[in-house]
Amino acid sequence: MAGSHFKMKTGSEDMKAMAQTALPSKKITAPTNWKTWLGVVPFFLFALLFLFLPSLRLVTASLFTSDGSFTLDNIRQLFTEPLIVNSYKLSIQISAITALGGGLLGFFLAYAVTVGGLPKSLRPILMTFSGVASNFAGVPLAFAFVATLGRQGFITHILKDYLNIDLYTAGFNLYSFAGLSLVYMYFQFPLMVLIMAPALDGLKREWREAAENLGATSAQYWLRVAFPVLLPSILGAMILLFGNAFGAYATAYALTGGRIGIVTIQIGAQIRGDVLYNPGLGYAMAVGMVAIMGISLAGYSWLQSKTERWLR
Amino acid sequence: MATVKNRKVAEMSFLARLRKFPFWAWLWFIIGGLYFILPLLATVEFSLSWDPEAPFKAYQRAFEDNRFWSSFIASNVFAVITIIASIILVVPTAYWIRLRLPQARRIVEFITLMPFVVPAIILVFGMIRVYSTPFTIPFTDVVFMRPFTQSRLGTDILIVAGYMVLSMPYMYRSVDTGMRTVDILTLTEAAQSLGANWFAIITRIILPNIRSALLSGALLTFAIVVGEVILASYLGVTAFGPYLFLLGQHRAYEPAALSFVSFLLTWLAMGLIQLFTGGQGQAAGAH
Repeated sequence: MAGSHFKMKTGSEDMKAMAQTALPSKKITAPTNWKTWLGVVPFFLFALLFLFLPSLRLVTASLFTSDGSFTLDNIRQLFTEPLIVNSYKLSIQISAITALGGGLLGFFLAYAVTVGGLPKSLRPILMTFSGVASNFAGVPLAFAFVATLGRQGFITHILKDYLNIDLYTAGFNLYSFAGLSLVYMYFQFPLMVLIMAPALDGLKREWREAAENLGATSAQYWLRVAFPVLLPSILGAMILLFGNAFGAYATAYALTGGRIGIVTIQIGAQIRGDVLYNPGLGYAMAVGMVAIMGISLAGYSWLQSKTERWLR
Repeated sequence: MATVKNRKVAEMSFLARLRKFPFWAWLWFIIGGLYFILPLLATVEFSLSWDPEAPFKAYQRAFEDNRFWSSFIASNVFAVITIIASIILVVPTAYWIRLRLPQARRIVEFITLMPFVVPAIILVFGMIRVYSTPFTIPFTDVVFMRPFTQSRLGTDILIVAGYMVLSMPYMYRSVDTGMRTVDILTLTEAAQSLGANWFAIITRIILPNIRSALLSGALLTFAIVVGEVILASYLGVTAFGPYLFLLGQHRAYEPAALSFVSFLLTWLAMGLIQLFTGGQGQAAGAH
């Protein structure tokens, strides 16, 4: 069906081809020689000295014992030591849950202010708020949640005084996995809003009109047209959220003081800790973490290239 | 007759409006709004509840502490140095790639995304590992430079470099987006034909033309640096993040007050970005 349309357009295709032969096919630029590359040397040098060299040094550090002999023990322990395996599991779980939860809430919020029919004036407010909240992480965020949902927190008190619900006897604890997830959500869903709002803007009104003219209901339009188009950018954004939570350290440390052993906290404890101290293992954990983050980023850029086909 | 008809029309339009009322959109907006606001409200409420006689006691105490000022000022100085150094590094690179070296675009964009793969906790241990050994002339034992981690200047250089790495994705993206909207080729040729050298082109032509992009990159960098904890605490540098963390270990009200202050600072930075860059976008959207 699409093919026949293209066949009818052959006339304009010919015009295009003619136009292409008439104009020089390439823009005229100065020939590049090695001197042109000198312009980017400072940037590459900086990246080498402060990004690649430190990262590579951790890889080599994880492969040698403290007395300098080669070992694969540290790498092996990543997969066998229960403490380490559990910390990876914990980090992956918390990142996946907050990426999913934050992703859904963020998507619905972005939907509400773009195509959901809310007053236009709410949009800049939400976008600024999201910019603030996605950058409001770490120690202050942890303190804010202690004041909100801690044992003496604002919400905890309100629920107890007015609705007679005691969160803490009901089993909730801010300094637990669930509590930490709630805190992470605070910087997760605003990031989703920031990424998804432009993508939702990219949905063309013509698509909706075409679907309605062909008799589609609103649900059909969303399921068959909008959602498939948006899916790569939704998944890509969620991967970004995953990485965002996976690399977090200060928020968890300030909230739980290291009692929840996510990977970043374990790395700190192995390399600099008083109780756990095995730098080689810490470096190996860091390498494992870089590997997971690298895979996520590769997935993200692959989905990004899929997105660009429809949305710009 | 007419009034009955009018009422019917009014009723219908009311029903139509009710049907069109974006219930779900409002619901999500309210949930999101509460999620945003409640923690802030709770923080303010808590910070003001120390002494009913003097509601601002927590703020007063927090600002009386000399260590607050020294760490806060140190963080701000780091932020300014990081922003200047980032601009010096990123602007000529992005400019040169747009002008002469489009082949390098992919690799440079890849490098600017690397900080997402290497989180701060890994970066800091890698830097300590590399820069805690003395620099020797290769194949000899002649030391020509002491390790960075052993001097004040060395650690300051390391922490600024680390902050530059952490903020690089944001800075590069802002600058590159800013340059996309300016015809830098024409500007460069015009400047060259008037006899300007490269330094003059970048400082007097390119920088003023991308100032709103620079500002948004700079404010994002500021927001990242001022609250940062990991680099500062593992490199042992005085900064606001570690100070606030330690204060939280043995104090209750002052940390809440300072948390709210740092939220306001983030808000200020983001509001300024919105003001300088979002303003144009909004005007375009209103058409």
